[in-house]
Amino acid sequence: MNSFFKYFADIFRAVKSLLTGMKVTGRYFFSPGEIVTQQYPENRKTLKMYDRFKGEVIMPHNEQNEHRCTGCGICENSCPNGSIEILQDKIDMPDGKKKRIIDKHIYHLSMCTFCGLCIKTCPSDALAWGQEFEHAVFDRAKLTKILNKPGSSIIKDIVE
Amino acid sequence: MKEVINLPVKNIEEEEYHINMGPQHPSTHGVLRLVVSLQGEIVKNLKPHCGYIHRGIEKMCEKDTYPQIIHLTDRMDYLSAHINNHAVCLLVEKALEVDVPERVKYIRTIVDELNRIASHQLWWCSFGMDMGGLTCYFYGLRDREHILDIFEESFGSRLLHSYYTPGGLMMDIHPNFQKSVKDFIKYFRRKIKDYDDILTGNIIMQERTKGIGILSKEDAISYGVTGPSGRASGFACDVRKHHPYGVYDKADFQEILGTEGDTFTRYMMRMHEMRESMKIIEQLIDNIPAGDYSAKMKAVIKLPAGEYYQRVEASRGELGVYCISDGNKTPYRMKFRSPNFSNLSALDHMSRGVKIADLVAIGGSLDYVIPDIDR
Repeated sequence: MNSFFKYFADIFRAVKSLLTGMKVTGRYFFSPGEIVTQQYPENRKTLKMYDRFKGEVIMPHNEQNEHRCTGCGICENSCPNGSIEILQDKIDMPDGKKKRIIDKHIYHLSMCTFCGLCIKTCPSDALAWGQEFEHAVFDRAKLTKILNKPGSSIIKDIVE
Repeated sequence: MKEVINLPVKNIEEEEYHINMGPQHPSTHGVLRLVVSLQGEIVKNLKPHCGYIHRGIEKMCEKDTYPQIIHLTDRMDYLSAHINNHAVCLLVEKALEVDVPERVKYIRTIVDELNRIASHQLWWCSFGMDMGGLTCYFYGLRDREHILDIFEESFGSRLLHSYYTPGGLMMDIHPNFQKSVKDFIKYFRRKIKDYDDILTGNIIMQERTKGIGILSKEDAISYGVTGPSGRASGFACDVRKHHPYGVYDKADFQEILGTEGDTFTRYMMRMHEMRESMKIIEQLIDNIPAGDYSAKMKAVIKLPAGEYYQRVEASRGELGVYCISDGNKTPYRMKFRSPNFSNLSALDHMSRGVKIADLVAIGGSLDYVIPDIDR
């Protein structure tokens, strides 16, 4: 007799536990306010990433097409996997000395691990994080970027 | 007249045969290959084959400077990336005898615990899916999204942060950080009840997990099973409690120990641990002292020659970092004692004699992350 009751008690307990779970799913089914899905490709125009978002490494330029990079190569040394290549150039200064400037700051986005060491170690704060995150391209070569814009020069008051 | 060939009929119930579970199997949560010997559907023994996602992280560490090593440890156990970073940072700080500011310790502890909750949420939803409940997956990921948003706002990325540096942090926390963490705790205290309603109390899940995959305390210690899986067997192995780092000694939390050591206890350990983590965060979040977010470090970090070892409690168990330095800016040898590798070694012992469907449940309760096993 005892096992007979236990049999039905087990069935009752099982059905009750299933209904408890169904209650939760049912509540979400009837309250569409809880929906959290982002309609991603449609909301592109309004989508705003956080300020600190690590999209890619960029070199900010001002209105006169000037940047802060001296071409010292510290970012190249601190990069763990060789995503940054610095090509340097020498120019003659008015006082006869030669000064090192940056020729090309080559950034391989395809190898970058977004560790942020280049930005942290840069002595003149020339690099920053960009907000762009849609990096898919059809040609791998497009992922190699030259960060200093053509014809740009260094801001005058930057000293090493 | 056609000749009839009588092929010998094998009795599959009696004969032992092998099947490959993985490397492409949804319930191994990655590229783990288990060669399972079966008799009927009873597991006789199994052999894990590792190495499908071996990237040689330990070898790569030998050519990297100490700040560069941090970003590699992210990629071992990617679900507890902050905690892995913490281990290497603590090792370097211990070797150089650097005193990190109190603010850094508080922030690191809070972020570690947030990371632990996020990791257990993902474990909960994937465990539910292993049991056949797809709804769990959506609920778990929905709540995890809140933590990832906090991470993204403060540290810039969602999964692989590289936020800690030897001596401090990459940058200070975002001004919104404390408010959003408090909002999250309030939100998640409400939502964790749903977790219990939908999966913990569920009769199908209980029937499938209770008394399955029992690991005794002696076996847990001899196999080196740590973390929630080890504590489910009664092995008091919480590094946060017994060898405190950060500000865990100032926080009041319990080390919950199980007695049964079966799959259901391992499940309950993680559910309890999420609540304990929330308790730790609540105690610390309002008391973050003002100060610098990094200690003064030299530009080139060189560890004095010698051997160093540091362990932390990652979300799956004890993570140890062993380092030999010869005085250069790169380590001579770096070895990681990853929790998942030891936990996986006990899988064969636990799953002998169970049905093959229970193997999925046992594997889910161990919560292995394959990149951490193979490194």
